[in-house]
Amino acid sequence: MKKYTLNIVFVLLCAGVVLASQYKLLDRYILTVLMLMGINIIFATSLNLVNGNMREFSCGHAGFACVGAYVGSVLSVLLFTANKYTGQPLLSPSLAPLLFPVIMLAAALVSAVFGLLVALPSFKTRDDYLAIITIAANFIIISIIENSEQIAEQIFGAKSFGTFINGSRGFSGMKRTVNAMNDVAHIPWMEIWVILGACFCVFVLYRLVTSTYGKGIDAVAQDEIAAEIMSVDTKRTKLIAFMVSSGLAGISGVLYAHIYGYVNASSFGILRSTEALVMVYLGGMGSLSGCIMAAIAFTVLVEALRPGLRFLNDNMHYLGMLPDGYEISEVWRWVIIPLILFLLMQFRPEGLLGNRELTHVFPKLKNWFTLR
Amino acid sequence: MDLFQEFLQHCVNALQWGSFYALIALGYTLVYGVLRLINFAHGDIFMVGAYIAYFVATFFLAQSGWGLTHIMVLILTVPLTMILTSMVGVGLERVAYRRLRRRGAHRLYVVITALMCGLILENGNLALLGASRKKFPDDLIEKVNWDFFGISVTNLKVLVIFAAVIVFVLLHFIVTRTRIGMAMRAVSWDKFALPLMGIPLDRVIVFTFALGSGTAGLGGVLFAMSYPVLEPYMGVMIGWKAFIAAVVGGIGDIRGAFVGGFLLAFVEVMVVFFGWSTLREFFAFSILLGILWVRPTGLFGTAPTTKI
Repeated sequence: MKKYTLNIVFVLLCAGVVLASQYKLLDRYILTVLMLMGINIIFATSLNLVNGNMREFSCGHAGFACVGAYVGSVLSVLLFTANKYTGQPLLSPSLAPLLFPVIMLAAALVSAVFGLLVALPSFKTRDDYLAIITIAANFIIISIIENSEQIAEQIFGAKSFGTFINGSRGFSGMKRTVNAMNDVAHIPWMEIWVILGACFCVFVLYRLVTSTYGKGIDAVAQDEIAAEIMSVDTKRTKLIAFMVSSGLAGISGVLYAHIYGYVNASSFGILRSTEALVMVYLGGMGSLSGCIMAAIAFTVLVEALRPGLRFLNDNMHYLGMLPDGYEISEVWRWVIIPLILFLLMQFRPEGLLGNRELTHVFPKLKNWFTLR
Repeated sequence: MDLFQEFLQHCVNALQWGSFYALIALGYTLVYGVLRLINFAHGDIFMVGAYIAYFVATFFLAQSGWGLTHIMVLILTVPLTMILTSMVGVGLERVAYRRLRRRGAHRLYVVITALMCGLILENGNLALLGASRKKFPDDLIEKVNWDFFGISVTNLKVLVIFAAVIVFVLLHFIVTRTRIGMAMRAVSWDKFALPLMGIPLDRVIVFTFALGSGTAGLGGVLFAMSYPVLEPYMGVMIGWKAFIAAVVGGIGDIRGAFVGGFLLAFVEVMVVFFGWSTLREFFAFSILLGILWVRPTGLFGTAPTTKI
């Protein structure tokens, strides 16, 4: 029984959160932060597969989340809600809770296909050039979505679908899908989906990293040519790593879109990619547990900076240390977040855990949980 | 005939934009050619240059007692901005890159550091100076509009193109004909043998950064004069495009950056000419992706040999 302790604690914790939101025991804001934590866990751990385990440098991760968010949102709006494009929902809204995982998987598949945009060039280029390719991919994806109207007109000869996606102004209507789910059964669906999604993502990554393919990924990270000689199919390995990574990022995008009920391509820009980088390098490259902890810590930090900066602003004004016309605004968050990564690179580039799992740091921990 | 005239007008604009891209791309390529480091903060150094030009110019214009005419203000602003901007670039090297270089850190860490420095510069500017846009004084030189067969060319455009060509010739001369240029080429050849030959590595690198950032500063002044509204994120897109230009030409090669800048500008202007103006970024980045995929060394670059 002892070896299931942490598993049981985790299940109880998740059940506690779900029950608390069901009976409105938790503040709406805290719940959103908790869900954001789950999304960030997916977002960071999926990037960790490429940046940490394979030691490639992808800094356009948000682009794939963007693809996932749009595909998932469009599907869920088309299928389950009355919309401007098809009028009536294509399927009965009562199917929404049943088919939502299918939508997540479909979005993940499409994101994985977009992952090819990076995976294929990675056969020939490495290091900083690949980094540029990922950033270019991020920009290209955002540009495609922002110009959906024009592109739809060029390709299909009609702009109605592009207008429906409404690239430059953002896409909404996912709240109605969530409402449709609530009509079937009034339980906190989104909380459940986020928890399940995060568990699924961590499980997939754990199984992948510890499998033979995972060893292949490690080999590619250490020395690609040597790996090739040792009969690792490097192209296949890279393809798998990039596609799994971008696919899981797509899942995080779907969840993100459904929690806020609104997506805009510009919120998946290079800044969001930077957030993922901060989380990965904070936790330690290639360390799944470190990445999860970093995602949690980072989410808390970002949210804590809001009141923190306001507090600082008020007190500095009170003490007369700031000129009257100047306010410490929330923009400082976007100075502090890159600054964290900057300092990390200067003083501890391998991250907090540095390629070790939590179980390597605390070996006794292994006796308390089971992960198969 | 009208269409042809419109086309030529677009070409003139392309030359102007190509000059901006070239001015920034030269900075990218100088640093890369010497250090094999992609200085992603370079676009933001350009932005800092434009802001410095704004502060310098408004400072001089405010000193009515000094009796400066507008053209004298311009003559003072350009070198001062270049010097101050190159100090920013050198400071960046000092604070961010030198430690990493000495420790022999992996290049990815350097790339991340550069990206973060760019974000810090942009957002720090936004946080410090506020979201209100600055308006660069646009009366430093009197606007003259020449008309060649229905194509309008302002003196400012001519100045910009002229400046880009001069800077290119100068940099090319420095790198290929002078002693310090020889030292710069030596750094890119073998960083470890260099100190043995009695060449001060740090001084060469500082000089490179100063040169590159000064060029970006000049670009900032000229850009601010042509498009007088300044905002903190103005350097992002133009910096990226200049980087694309440098890659197209073959990063590390001065001629490549110059040619690449004009090439990219012509492609973009053609995209606009055919009426897809919002897709400019899409095309620019697709070109980048394609080139990096098919021929990462660009037009003029040579592939580095890797030993197993």
